[in-house]
Amino acid sequence: MSERKVRVIVAKPGLDGHDRGAKVVARALRDAGMEVIYTGLRQTPEQIVQTAIQEDADAIGISILSGAHEYYFGRIIELLKERKASDILVFGGGVIPEDDVPKLKAMGAGAIFGPGTPTSVCIDWLNSAVREKWARETA
Amino acid sequence: MSESKAGEAAGNRAAYEKTVEKFLQKAPERKAAFRTGGGLPLKRLYTPEDLEGMDYERDLGYPGMYPYTRGVQPTMYRGRFWTMRQYAGFATAEESNARYRYLLSQGTTGLSVAFDLPTQIGYDSDHPMAQGEVGKVGVAIDSLADMETLFDGIPLDKVSTSMTINAPASVLLALYIAVGEKQGVPMEKLSGTIQNDILKEYIARGTYIFPPKPSMRLITDIFEFCSAHVPQWNTISISGYHIREAGSTAVQEVAFTLADGIAYVEAAVRKGQDPNVFGKRLSFFFNAHNDFLEEVAKFRAARRLWAKIMKERFGVTDKGAQMLRFHTQTAGSTLTAQQPENNIVRVAVQTLAAVLGGTQSLHTNSYDEALALPTEKSVGIALKTQQIVAYESGVTETVDPLAGSYVVESLTNEIERQAAEYIAKIDGMGGMLSAIEKGYVQQQIQDAAYATQKAIESGEQIVVGVNKFQVEEDASERALLKVDESVGAAQVKKLQAMKASRDNLKVQECLSEIRSAAKDEGTNLMPKILEAVKAYVTEGEICGVLREEFGEYRENIVL
Repeated sequence: MSERKVRVIVAKPGLDGHDRGAKVVARALRDAGMEVIYTGLRQTPEQIVQTAIQEDADAIGISILSGAHEYYFGRIIELLKERKASDILVFGGGVIPEDDVPKLKAMGAGAIFGPGTPTSVCIDWLNSAVREKWARETA
Repeated sequence: MSESKAGEAAGNRAAYEKTVEKFLQKAPERKAAFRTGGGLPLKRLYTPEDLEGMDYERDLGYPGMYPYTRGVQPTMYRGRFWTMRQYAGFATAEESNARYRYLLSQGTTGLSVAFDLPTQIGYDSDHPMAQGEVGKVGVAIDSLADMETLFDGIPLDKVSTSMTINAPASVLLALYIAVGEKQGVPMEKLSGTIQNDILKEYIARGTYIFPPKPSMRLITDIFEFCSAHVPQWNTISISGYHIREAGSTAVQEVAFTLADGIAYVEAAVRKGQDPNVFGKRLSFFFNAHNDFLEEVAKFRAARRLWAKIMKERFGVTDKGAQMLRFHTQTAGSTLTAQQPENNIVRVAVQTLAAVLGGTQSLHTNSYDEALALPTEKSVGIALKTQQIVAYESGVTETVDPLAGSYVVESLTNEIERQAAEYIAKIDGMGGMLSAIEKGYVQQQIQDAAYATQKAIESGEQIVVGVNKFQVEEDASERALLKVDESVGAAQVKKLQAMKASRDNLKVQECLSEIRSAAKDEGTNLMPKILEAVKAYVTEGEICGVLREEFGEYRENIVL
């Protein structure tokens, strides 16, 4: 049996068109051996959650640089709850003031990676967080 | 050079090389190979040999004369400085109006409007897709009512205004014309710019609405309308800025921007327009990145290459239509969230590059923009940076001061050569539209972006405060601008009140006029849109009808 691979959705919610970060992260995760689905721009929270469930994803990575992070993190996490899919991890990055990070974490975001974060930090976090998630599933 | 002198020179050179060889054994250089930020190889030393074959009159010439390598005006900044134009806008029209008045009071000489994302993508503030985004990255403009507030007390015959608006550019231009009319300023007297560059939206920025064909039609309709009625308006700002922000190299920035320019000129020429006329109102927008010498060379190369394209490819004889006039913004992607005050220095270096490259206008970024929208204080420092370069640095007192530098001229030649190669390749693919459809341009940029990220992570590329010279920081003391979450609801309320008080029969009439004009390619849409905005038809309503008629663009995802 081959080793189980981490499955990640990299998502651009809303109208923000800055996709350099999302694409670089998607590529880095893929190069690190994960299975990555990049949604493209202009995704509604409903579409993102639907994709994540359909693709049996372990995690959703949200990239926002428009300042609308509170709305989108909140809505995506809420929809995951409604769909009984809260086991899917949510993390993200972009232009997000540090003051807002505790709020996003309280909503249920696992990690927020600000500008300048090496992709290796993101990869390490995902590897360990997803493995903990798998351990919970089999427990 | 006499034979004996040439012999002496060759001898000196050989002696230098020998000295270097010995020197390197004791003191090796920091790296095995040196490159510009954009990846061009840099030699240890540039000498007259590197400029062999160069012809001053042909390749550089004089400022204000073909091929404009040395600048587009004969006296450059000895006559007048560049326009100090700070991009601003957030929350409501009232708040943005206050920021513009502040900037004008501080000596800014041109306005530059940032619209929120729903406005940029043709949704009114009450559209479901607008949720969470109203007033965030710019000001929310739904109708003429908002536009009147935005420019309240700002005389449109005295300032020039640049608007970062693309897919719905015709609507915002119409709104500006309508406000001018209310102030008693006829459209012939208005000056400013609309970005109106859809191709780079498909490539790098993402605020497209319609598919390429109707988008190109909207653009050429604007060219035609402005040639006849708004002669001082820059009808497009062909933008490399966002291409560079998305991760491209300096060469790619020049190449893809000019290739976009070629596509617009071809589209207008196909419609029977004269490039000697509309060509005068084409303007450009570039990025000023960190690598100082490469950036100066980039601006000079872009100017020379565009002049050749207009003259040789399109047979343009009008001097104004051969000149590449450009706005510059310092590179947002170089700003760090770590030790944000360091960004003030980065912006200063970038400012100097833009000025030595001969920019016509400049926006300097604020040091806190990797964290949030800039505060009034940080915007003030950014503007002062320009003023210090203008009034104190001395680089403005003579024209194109770096000309003749062996390295700058060599890089100028190299960037022009490589950009021309890219353009030839794109021509071979059937032009820019098909290169975008194939995902070629996006792939090139993404590869460069990924290479940069890897170079930073490996430590090959140093970013001070990020991967070297880090310090522990206390983020709690930062004063950041925050857009009030109530802005969205307030804007929706205002919109609904406006809709209840206007002549809704007239609105329907205007919309059906726009619909039939959209169906007929031979009709210019601009007059219909102008008529509609005067009747307080909203931006979302106009774009809604056009969405139904034209369809929507779907991104070709390249990873």
